[in-house]
Amino acid sequence: MNENRKYPFPEIDPDICKGCKLCIAACPKDVLVISEKLNSKGFHYSEYVGEGCIGCGNCYYTCPEPSAVTVYLKNYVPEEVS
Amino acid sequence: MAQKTVLRKPKGFIDVYKHKPGAEKDRTHYCPGCGHGILHKLIAEALEDYDIVEKTIVISPVGCSVFAYYYFDTGNIQVAHGRAPAVATAVSRANPDSVVISYQGDGDLAAIGGNNILQAANRGENVVVFFVNNAIYGMTGGQMAPTTLLGQKTTTTPYGRNPQTDGYPLQMCEIINQLTAPVFVTRTSLHDMPNIRKTRAAVRKGIKNAMDKKGFSFVEVLSMCPSGWKMDAVPAQEWIKENMLPRFPLGTLRDISEEAPAIERPVPVMDADEVKKILGYGAFSDSNLEKNPDAAFNKVALRVAGFGGQGIMSTGIALANVGMEYGYNVSWLPSYGPEMRGGTANCSVKIQGDTIGASECTEPNMIIAMNQPSLEKFEKILIPDGVIIYNSTLIDIEPTRRDVKVYNVPITGIADELGDTRFQSMVNVGAFAAVTGMFDPGEIQGLMSSLFAGKPESVIKLNEKAVQRGYNYVKDNFS
Repeated sequence: MNENRKYPFPEIDPDICKGCKLCIAACPKDVLVISEKLNSKGFHYSEYVGEGCIGCGNCYYTCPEPSAVTVYLKNYVPEEVS
Repeated sequence: MAQKTVLRKPKGFIDVYKHKPGAEKDRTHYCPGCGHGILHKLIAEALEDYDIVEKTIVISPVGCSVFAYYYFDTGNIQVAHGRAPAVATAVSRANPDSVVISYQGDGDLAAIGGNNILQAANRGENVVVFFVNNAIYGMTGGQMAPTTLLGQKTTTTPYGRNPQTDGYPLQMCEIINQLTAPVFVTRTSLHDMPNIRKTRAAVRKGIKNAMDKKGFSFVEVLSMCPSGWKMDAVPAQEWIKENMLPRFPLGTLRDISEEAPAIERPVPVMDADEVKKILGYGAFSDSNLEKNPDAAFNKVALRVAGFGGQGIMSTGIALANVGMEYGYNVSWLPSYGPEMRGGTANCSVKIQGDTIGASECTEPNMIIAMNQPSLEKFEKILIPDGVIIYNSTLIDIEPTRRDVKVYNVPITGIADELGDTRFQSMVNVGAFAAVTGMFDPGEIQGLMSSLFAGKPESVIKLNEKAVQRGYNYVKDNFS
């Protein structure tokens, strides 16, 4: 994970995403888009545009795939890498 | 619980779906945009947040969520179609401290399992039911479900559901809400974020109720089936809003979770000896009676027959029980009409040293006939050299068979002399003992107190006497 990234932000596993677009519809800030690229399953996956996330968690809760979306919230403290 | 700093795959899920066959153990089998995944996640999150993953048992249904056990890191039983509430009942009763979740779809819950859900709800079982209503049979290919909307096209309603031929969409929340016992009945939807969050709250409340033993919670969730509806996921959410909400209005129909007292049920008796005692077989099985090596019979396939009320069944049960005391393998199979008394009745009894296969005696080597029609019917199937014991008090025509041994015993008369025709079955036992040599009447008498546990001493004594009389009659007249 890029330690310079600004919290909050979503992390979408491009390979797990099935491209259903529910997260895109649920995002109040319209900061998720469907990728032009295909993943290994042949889905155009969802991806974060890189800024504008407010950490509402909508994408997480609307995503039917348990491990596709992770949202690092504003108060998230990265674990120390020892 | 601490405030979340990250939203990630909840610990209620198995980390790697090791039970799932194939290579893709990192993702579910659900179609893109399927509502099951959303509800699964809400449940798994609640299990983690309440720290009850270890004490939760999910009963998974037949339907797309049949494989719920791939995903939830809980106990699981995958059950026959529609039977989740029945199995959840058993699991909950046997493990009252567990959190039991019945997860079901509309075909499973409202069609084949329609009665199961009503009975479990009516008993107020301490389970939470998550009812996924997507108005279609998803797994089997998009057939009409009980909740399919009027006019909705499915593979089995290609012109749209017609109430004249297909009835109306079942409103399960409203039906459940007619019952007295449920504590929480609510309908939510996954069609947009505010409603997904309401669903989250309902999921948590239902699970909390199960944790607190509040009784039966029913959470109906309107859910997308993009594949079955033949549309994409986002339009499917719109479809719920436009088409399902009018028929399935959202909201909580009942919530008495706060005031409902915690359920306290009597702990079921699981101990075998205790069960025997309750059923009146307390003293049985430690009599250590020895088989008679010189008995005329060591293998009996007996048909006892007569009118209902003539002690047919009790003769069979008594003989089977006594046989068991002597260490024989035994079976008893009743056959009777719907009426309790007066109809014809018969039973098959097998008593033998070796293993019993079928318990019905289609080729008996002995019959006890209590009335004329039974004698006529069953002497025909008796094997050659078999034995007929018949009730000469009521039967005045002799058997027609000449290749068998016949004992005419005034069974009803002997019982009547003792004061009650109900002693007939014990007269039969005595006669049986005399004919076969398998049982000693003195030893059988010792078993009377356990056979008739709970009956007055005088009745036990008379039964002992009946055995002796039946035995003596055969010995005195046929030796």
